[in-house]
Amino acid sequence: MDQEYDVIVLGTGLKECILSGLLSVDGLKVLHMDRNDYYGGESSSLNLVQLYKRFKGNETPPESLGLSKEYNVDMIPKFMMANGTLVRVLIHANVTKYLNFKAVDGSFVYNKGKIYKVPATDVEALTSTLMGLFEKRRARKFFIYVQDYDESDPKSHEGLDLNKVTAREVISKYGLDDSTVEFIGHALALHRDDSYLDKPAMDTIKRMKVYAESLARFQSGSPYIYPLYGLGELPQAFARLSAVYGGTYMLNKPECKVELNESGKVYGVTSDGETARAQKIVCDPSYLPDKVKKVGRVARAICILSHPIPDTNKSHSVQIILPQNQLGRKSDMYVFCCSYAHNVAPKGKYIAIVSTEAETDNPQVELKPGMDLLGTVDETFFDIYDRFEPVNNPLEDNCFVSSSYDATTHFESTVTDVVAMYSKITGKELDLTVDLSAASAAAEQS
Amino acid sequence: MATTGHSNNVINAKLVLLGDMGTGKSSLVLRFVKGQFLDFQESTIGAAFFSQTLALNDATVKFEIWDTAGQERYHSLAPMYYRGAAAAVIVYDITSNESFERAKKWVVELQKQGNPNMVMALAGNKADLEDKRKVSADDARAYAEENGLYFIETSAKTAINVNDMFYEIARRLPRAQPVQNPTVVSLSDGSAGQRSQTSSTCCT
Repeated sequence: MDQEYDVIVLGTGLKECILSGLLSVDGLKVLHMDRNDYYGGESSSLNLVQLYKRFKGNETPPESLGLSKEYNVDMIPKFMMANGTLVRVLIHANVTKYLNFKAVDGSFVYNKGKIYKVPATDVEALTSTLMGLFEKRRARKFFIYVQDYDESDPKSHEGLDLNKVTAREVISKYGLDDSTVEFIGHALALHRDDSYLDKPAMDTIKRMKVYAESLARFQSGSPYIYPLYGLGELPQAFARLSAVYGGTYMLNKPECKVELNESGKVYGVTSDGETARAQKIVCDPSYLPDKVKKVGRVARAICILSHPIPDTNKSHSVQIILPQNQLGRKSDMYVFCCSYAHNVAPKGKYIAIVSTEAETDNPQVELKPGMDLLGTVDETFFDIYDRFEPVNNPLEDNCFVSSSYDATTHFESTVTDVVAMYSKITGKELDLTVDLSAASAAAEQS
Repeated sequence: MATTGHSNNVINAKLVLLGDMGTGKSSLVLRFVKGQFLDFQESTIGAAFFSQTLALNDATVKFEIWDTAGQERYHSLAPMYYRGAAAAVIVYDITSNESFERAKKWVVELQKQGNPNMVMALAGNKADLEDKRKVSADDARAYAEENGLYFIETSAKTAINVNDMFYEIARRLPRAQPVQNPTVVSLSDGSAGQRSQTSSTCCT
């Protein structure tokens, strides 16, 4: 390993693997190492034995839960928007051939103690029980405006410059109730808090369009898709891409010490007494604890169930968003559920994960509103983990550190970080304008 | 995942190659898929995914062949590589005892994946280099029989036994009754719809 590389990547989490793949495709000589003997770092999917080892110490899983190897429990649970940025990256990088996806059955929102299917189109607005009769009509008009909105066609703008007027102003033009605004902002536009209301409306309208277009793509009950065998497949697919383009992979490498010279610039990485040299390194926060700061904590509860989540039309896979104001919190709470239908659990078993940005030290109490939706639970694992962000200037030390994964239930913020890091590393923009519907069939590639 | 899927007698089968660097894994695929051989084949770069269709009497087998892409070098092959594989070819170089010993380790690794229906072939490659032979065919055959592998010696260079090996693997693939799998969405075939996938129950 004691050679010269263009870039050394440390940690095989999703962000690091996407970057490793993209950089190898660009023709850079990449060395990719991980201190663990498995792929995925924080974004791996664990089997049952690994899950118990991590959260319950020496306890062994009961036989009633089934075979350990049939479990693939995500440590960072998220769904992929069918027309979202991660899908664009997958198609751009041509790694879809390594993966199989299935649509997610349902997308729900919590309102006054009950859950409702998220209405996303004018038709759904009219049939939704979430709104009263008159509100449905107002919401329908707003949805039609959003569906017809075309940036390049001024006639569709109805006299509003969405780069200038705020989301609050556009929404008030349609006279929508607060609770309608709430599900539009949090369950459709997927904002994490209410600051979007006073920002230009364009971002919110575009997010709503992505949701509606994603929903239409696979005629499913949600705009989301999810890979068979869990999200741990994603980093592996990008690692394979990197390897196919010449990237060198080493797992189970102890220490992985980043070496800096007198002026604080990185020159290599040492492991097992050998130093690999490179002018740039890319890593997750755990490899450079001195260059990151704690910015928050995520509380989560991983639950194994033997039934679908109640009141979700027996959905095998579902997302439920609990908006902050419904719970009197500063941040939304999310419920993620997947099952044997996506090969993440043995037949008859479901994995539900409740997560949120932690506001207290007591996840059991804090996560209760989400847990209460699940019905009987076979087993629960509570956890709080810290989130870090880099504080260094990568232009000075050439250390490109990713941010920890947040509690959001989708990958938009993940990909935003990757795209920004790619630009800093290469000085180039990552062009993700792929044709989502007409990407070429990859299977025949040679 | 595509394991051995049947529809209209078409079997889609994922086949993985295993074995140490320099044993000729990529050369075997290149010979089988394109009928080519390069004397100085570079380490696998840029392409590690091939498909080839074989017509048999009772079925058409479409192989989806995965090459290691160099990830075998430091033992960092991802679990995804083995996932859903219906067949595996473990390759060694008949002029290298070490590569034969390593092949046995790959067999153990495969057996750990726990798919009893996987068709496994042991290929003693570089059979054209008889004068440099270190691994006797009898030893390799005895090992293969003990472990339920199909054994054959091949030469990607002269093409000897290469097609025969893949045809034999195709013949040995289970013709299990198809079981309907829930629909899998395709992100890249342009239809932007759902394709229904059939799969046998044999491989998980």
